[in-house]
Amino acid sequence: MISNFIVSLVTFFPLLGIVLLLFVDKEKAQIIKLVGFITSLATFVLSLHLYFHFDSQVAGFQFVQQFVWIGGLNISYHVGIDGLSLLMILLTTFLTPIALLGTWNSIERRIREYTMMILLLETGMLGVFASLDLFLFYVFWEAMLIPMYFIIGLWGGQDRVYAAVKFFLYTLFGSLLMLVAIIALGYFASTMRGGAFTTNLVELYSVASRLPLTLQLWMFLAFALSFAIKVPLFPFHTWLPDAHVQAPTAGSVILAGVLLKMGTYGFIRFCVPLFPDATIVIAPYISVLAVVGIVYGALVSIVQTDIKKLVAYSSVSHLGFVVLGIFAMTEEGMQGAIIQMVNHGLSTGALFLLVGMIYDRVHTRKISDFGGVAKLMPVFASFLMIISLSSIGLPGLNGFVGEFLILLGAFNSTLLDNHAFAAFAALGVILSAVYLLWMYQRVMFGPVREGGLYNGHTLTDLTRREIVALIPIVLFVVWIGVYPETFLSKSAEVAKRTVQLIETTQRGAPIRYADSPDSSREPLH
Amino acid sequence: MVEQILVSVSRFLPEVTLTVTFCVAILGGLIFHKHPKTVGYLAFIGILVSIFCAVQQLGVSESVFSGMISVDPFAVFFKILIGSVALIIIAFSFFSAEVLTTVRRMGEYFSLLVAMTLGMFLMAGASNLLMMVLALELTSLSSYILAGYTKEAADSSEASLKYILYGALSSGVMLYGVSILYGLTGATDFIGVNKALALGTTSHVSLLVATIFIIVGFGYKISAVPFHFWTPDVYEGAPITITAFLSVASKAAGFAMMIRFFKVTFIDTHMVGLPSGMWASVSGFEWNKLLAILSVLTMTLGNLVAVWQNNLKRLLAYSSIAHAGYMLMGVVILSDKGLAAVLIYFIVYLFMNLGAFLVVMMVANKTGSEDIDTYKGLGYRSPLVGVAMVIFFISLTGLPPTAGFIGKLYLFSALLDAKWIWLAVVGAINSVVSLYYYVRVLRNMFLRDPEGNAGPLVFPTPQLTLLVVLMIPTILFGLYFTPIVNFANASLLMFGIQ
Repeated sequence: MISNFIVSLVTFFPLLGIVLLLFVDKEKAQIIKLVGFITSLATFVLSLHLYFHFDSQVAGFQFVQQFVWIGGLNISYHVGIDGLSLLMILLTTFLTPIALLGTWNSIERRIREYTMMILLLETGMLGVFASLDLFLFYVFWEAMLIPMYFIIGLWGGQDRVYAAVKFFLYTLFGSLLMLVAIIALGYFASTMRGGAFTTNLVELYSVASRLPLTLQLWMFLAFALSFAIKVPLFPFHTWLPDAHVQAPTAGSVILAGVLLKMGTYGFIRFCVPLFPDATIVIAPYISVLAVVGIVYGALVSIVQTDIKKLVAYSSVSHLGFVVLGIFAMTEEGMQGAIIQMVNHGLSTGALFLLVGMIYDRVHTRKISDFGGVAKLMPVFASFLMIISLSSIGLPGLNGFVGEFLILLGAFNSTLLDNHAFAAFAALGVILSAVYLLWMYQRVMFGPVREGGLYNGHTLTDLTRREIVALIPIVLFVVWIGVYPETFLSKSAEVAKRTVQLIETTQRGAPIRYADSPDSSREPLH
Repeated sequence: MVEQILVSVSRFLPEVTLTVTFCVAILGGLIFHKHPKTVGYLAFIGILVSIFCAVQQLGVSESVFSGMISVDPFAVFFKILIGSVALIIIAFSFFSAEVLTTVRRMGEYFSLLVAMTLGMFLMAGASNLLMMVLALELTSLSSYILAGYTKEAADSSEASLKYILYGALSSGVMLYGVSILYGLTGATDFIGVNKALALGTTSHVSLLVATIFIIVGFGYKISAVPFHFWTPDVYEGAPITITAFLSVASKAAGFAMMIRFFKVTFIDTHMVGLPSGMWASVSGFEWNKLLAILSVLTMTLGNLVAVWQNNLKRLLAYSSIAHAGYMLMGVVILSDKGLAAVLIYFIVYLFMNLGAFLVVMMVANKTGSEDIDTYKGLGYRSPLVGVAMVIFFISLTGLPPTAGFIGKLYLFSALLDAKWIWLAVVGAINSVVSLYYYVRVLRNMFLRDPEGNAGPLVFPTPQLTLLVVLMIPTILFGLYFTPIVNFANASLLMFGIQ
């Protein structure tokens, strides 16, 4: 049965492309690009198997594959997916071919190495979303850093080296503390269940939540720091504008579209279910940071002069919504957060693609260099309009669904017993209209530049290839906006399960400070 | 008596082989002075045979020469490790432009290399205070000469002189400590010392002084802060083959001797099996805290100073100081888990550190420089060497999927298991700092263009082969490491501890 190893197949399929590329002459640019594109497209097609055979009714993980890796430490190669992983895996496999297609001619040097790095990155990201063993998860999490470092550092903009090193150091700092926490968790859990060290996530789910609060708090913080840097949550966001702006377009698309989601994914998959008591204590604080990030990111976006930087800061704002949705700990909020992760991947991914497309034409991204572009590039203008509106959260497009659910969740939250969270977050929606529409107005409208020259280049409208790359995104933007149920139904089970765990923790067991095994609470699953 | 010596000699075969090889190498140097590489081959074969003899001793656990030397899995582990390093270093020497310029004295070079290996073999097994000092001196004396081997170069001579001064001072201090310890306990063999300490009648203050003096000697050998001052200068000035040898083998021998000394003399044999029994016979002073502080100082200083280095050899010198700090974390715990982690780390460290030194040597052979600027665009001038360096450096940082990660993983596991959480966190933060300077080199290799119109660098096939031989385990042990873990766990047994 293919279902037994489909997750591994999808995860490692991009590596096949890398092997193929080794045999392609590095001068044959078109063949290299085709191999890269077709491999990633095939990965997407394979991942559709997961979508069609996924059973939304089943609790827990599906398509599970497990075999012993390191017997002594009870570490296994253990992969499987639930609704959350499913959506993230689909997002990854969907965005990678689009990113490659949309930036077909953007990269001019060392195309073979570039394509290999993107494919390597894809495997790393898929592995992160599929791992059900903390050790395996960590290996993928770190392994992903290296291709991203080179993508930014080799094919990026002017300050690429600085941005790459900053990205690497920030992320590594967080993840090494996470490694310490992972090992510590394995040991503490082993004392709880009187057994051996383990990093098996499913086993840890049932024991880790019984750890005493102080331990939970420390480990939650170690995990959360790593995820907060990745998200990035205010005030850990300072690496992001540099990395985004300097990265090549495809790098930015994948960085914004998928990599940032790993942080929020980590919160839902690890932080919350492993440390429910700590979650209850920390949720308000993280939510405050999320709301500050929403407003701060939006305000900073308004004053940006560089379009790409504007989009980068808008990510800080949008991801703030996701984090708020998670820590509201209501079903609506959690569902909203998950769907908003997908939305942000689509919208911001598309925004970066569009910015990249116009940059390839005129080699500038300064808003003041533009004006009247809509007259010269009507197709581009309509795409940018749709995507901007989706990002703002116009009803009928995808962004609305996510933001609405998150605000609703934050408003009804018993954990965040204060309406100010939702109120300030709603301010972010308004501000996002300000910065995106104002940017749109300055770039698209107004008089056409003298002689139609922008930064010394003429503007031509989108090519067929570029349109083909953008249409699938728009399709999903509308689909999610009109009928989100397709996707919400997939993530319903995991949202419900996670929220219920917190609710039972809140009700059933008062916060314990002593190390007392507690049997009153039912374990997860 | 005679019978006992004869039995001992049969257990002493690896060292006997090395002694014979040493003599053969000296004679060979005189006979084959037209073909000096022949001596290298002889030394290579001799060391290979001695490793073979050491492998035959796997599983044996006894004491030979009236308790002077222990032959046990722990010692055999280090003999195999040190012997392997020596083999790789001899291979390095055949490629090294520095060594090959001194063709006339190559016999001397190889014979000293064998002598140094012999000293380290003895260090690994030494279970008597006197043997400890003798083995240390044998190793040190050979390495003083080797550090200054390229005597035409001023920095090499300077390195050698510095090395002698520091070495003489610290072994003097250590010898003083040993004499005090002998005065306190009336015994020179570790087990005798242990028995005397277990009576609990020794004066705490004198014991403290004696032990700290002895730690000075160990600290010098493993280049722990604050006894590390010789390291950067010696590593920079010595021929790179010797630097690589010192940074791995000499450190391994130092650790082996230190671990055995602490473990056998300070353990309370009545409380074996309990972590608290570990330091019980020297209670009243928290030895593990002292070691923890040494370890933190060592790794932090090593990493922080490495950030400022522009000479790759010097950078690797400071990085090796930092790695000594990481390994000291395992000694702090001194439990089976901690020691297993140190042994695993050494296996991993062998491949990644020697690999990094090999790249530096190959580049220096071609360009005559070890400066970080020489590495600009190296990734394009020679992709294989560039990729190999990435793998070694990623591994030295301790990131998956390389072997270095496994080394760190087991160290951190042992620390967390023993509830030394803060030390693990310090170790983790140090790894981030180390990433910075490793990445500086990688950045020059891949993200900067070559200076001027530097063309591709072509390296001879044997060198590239050796590089690949070191590269494969660095990756392989990152993904499949059960064998090295099993080997390390089987090598924990020391004579004198049940």
